[in-house]
Amino acid sequence: MREILLILVPFVGVGAAALWRSDRTRPWLLPAVSLIHVVLSFWLLVSPPTVDPGAWLGFDPLARAVLPAVSLLFFVCAVYAVPYLALRPERPNRVFVCALLAVLGLLSAGHQARQLAVLWIATEAVTLAAVPLLHFNGTPRAFEATWKYLLVGGTGIALSLLGSLCLGYASLRGGGVGDLTFVALTAQGAGLSRPWVLIAWVLLLVGYGTKMGLAPMHTWKPDAYGEAPGIVGAILAGAVTSVAFTAILRVRAVVGAAGQGHVADQTLLVIGLFSMVTAAVFLLSTRDFKRMLAYSSVEHMGILSIGAALGGAGIWAALFHVWNNSLTKGALFLSAANIRRAAGSASMDEVRGMAVLTPRSAAIFVAGMFAVTATPPFGPFFSELRVVRVGLASGHGVAIALFLVCLLFAFFGLTRVVFGVVDGRPRQATRLAHQRFVESAGVIVPPLLLLGFSLWLGLFTPAVLQEAWSAAAAQLAPTP
Amino acid sequence: MNISVNLLVGFAMGLNLIALGSNRLPSLIRAMSVQGVLLGIIPLLMEKELDWRVALVALATAIGKGVVIPGLLRRAMRAASIEREVDPFIGFVPSLLLGAAGTVAAVALAQGLPLLPEHAGSLLVPGALASVLTGFILLVGRSKAISQVCGYLILENGIYLFGLLLIKTTPLLVEAGVLLDVTVGVFVIGIIVDHIQRAFDSLDTRKLTALRE
Repeated sequence: MREILLILVPFVGVGAAALWRSDRTRPWLLPAVSLIHVVLSFWLLVSPPTVDPGAWLGFDPLARAVLPAVSLLFFVCAVYAVPYLALRPERPNRVFVCALLAVLGLLSAGHQARQLAVLWIATEAVTLAAVPLLHFNGTPRAFEATWKYLLVGGTGIALSLLGSLCLGYASLRGGGVGDLTFVALTAQGAGLSRPWVLIAWVLLLVGYGTKMGLAPMHTWKPDAYGEAPGIVGAILAGAVTSVAFTAILRVRAVVGAAGQGHVADQTLLVIGLFSMVTAAVFLLSTRDFKRMLAYSSVEHMGILSIGAALGGAGIWAALFHVWNNSLTKGALFLSAANIRRAAGSASMDEVRGMAVLTPRSAAIFVAGMFAVTATPPFGPFFSELRVVRVGLASGHGVAIALFLVCLLFAFFGLTRVVFGVVDGRPRQATRLAHQRFVESAGVIVPPLLLLGFSLWLGLFTPAVLQEAWSAAAAQLAPTP
Repeated sequence: MNISVNLLVGFAMGLNLIALGSNRLPSLIRAMSVQGVLLGIIPLLMEKELDWRVALVALATAIGKGVVIPGLLRRAMRAASIEREVDPFIGFVPSLLLGAAGTVAAVALAQGLPLLPEHAGSLLVPGALASVLTGFILLVGRSKAISQVCGYLILENGIYLFGLLLIKTTPLLVEAGVLLDVTVGVFVIGIIVDHIQRAFDSLDTRKLTALRE
């Protein structure tokens, strides 16, 4: 019941937000609803329910290992949304608040989906619900970003439907009766028709990989993250990507059960490394600090994909990294949003010296940059270290070497942009733009909180989380 | 699989080629909407006794792809006052040749895939592959937003054709495909709304280039 509330409560919130009259007080629904959500999801994390094996929706070990991170990130972003929307009184926020809450509900459904069709419907609906969020600023550039997001994301989602149909046909060809729960598909195992399973894997990897932002299907990402409000970027990068990643993990388990796990692992490894190389190259050349965050996200999706390619222990590391990525990236997006708002631009050609004008946001931005580039003692260091150790132990020396080189170049790229923006003397135009922005507690505490969580995950990874990741890894890779 | 279904799928494959070869947007939209209606008829011919869920999918498909979306596209076309695809990324003759080669390849490829005995000899799989390919060529090869939307719809039609193989055993997955039509609806409404808000003059996606490295 509690797990269904995770989906229902946000949708009740959508209804309330749609009927709410005042633009000024409506944003408070966001923290209110997401507070209930975060309490529920952590309660479920600590005392997981029993899941009926045939259920289409359920808080299974994989949902338990990922959904609380999404919920936590969403809650902090919702708290940030209140002062953010107060700064934008000129834009009506009814659609924005409704869409944001619908995204939360659909993400809860997507993470808990244990059936191929339900999973696809939830992911598709998230894609659509995010459209008004991207278009919130209403500028021509926002329209362009939304157009690309829809075109590339829509094609990806169409391919994942085709992949789902192929997997359904693989089951049918192997004597299945049309039961598309992942449990049933895994149980069918080697009975699944091999050519159809492989076609399905490629299509589903490309389809959900587009949603996740793996290169070369990442092209929508820099535009969307660059033009969307900071909270939307944080939620796309930290929450929507993780639902696509869990989708890939679930499908990967079926492909593994069909005896094609080695093919799946190799494709995941190659696409992961390609994403990291692409991200590193673009990080070295981008001049916009919000687009920089998008490429950094592509890099981290690559890390997740590599982790998933390394079997049970790798999946454990990847799930750890999902938490680190969500929380750290959230801190970066929110502090970047403050800097962007104060400076009136996101290009390092026009913005510098923000350490003088917005000292607190700049400090969080720099600290977040070090966290996301895996500096100890922040969480990402430990999860990436684990990926490296698992990779070396399983004989992927060359891949790990490339992985480390990419991390190094990404570090160069990120420091170049971040210090370019933070350092130096502010320009006169920036000083004028800055006068309208105050670093109030409302916009400083949320990113600081996320950074704190990232530190806490690194220093004291809670036992309950470690146990949840182990259970999920056991669910996905029965023989690690 | 009966002959009338194959005949309709064959028609749909022919419409793919018409869509690839037409440089006027109204004829592209017409090819696409006729294809949508054909696709709506196919499931009605597949079974002897009609299941209400299948009938519903058929009806939603025919109305969505055959009437609603083409209507929206025509409105968008008027709003943007453009009639022609000029200067596409992939020319009309090359895309037609690519499409024809793709159709042949789709038929050949479908021979090599293991199918259930009742699906052997059906054109559904080659028709699906050919439509997906046609959709891709239009998506990548055209510069006008409306042509790209038509490409997306044809890609979607291919997925729907493949879904028909599964409509009896896993109807939910096939019904879910209707959501893709909703996506298209959002696309087109986006074009119209944006055009009303701003003069986004030629609706040329080539002009969507402010965002790049």
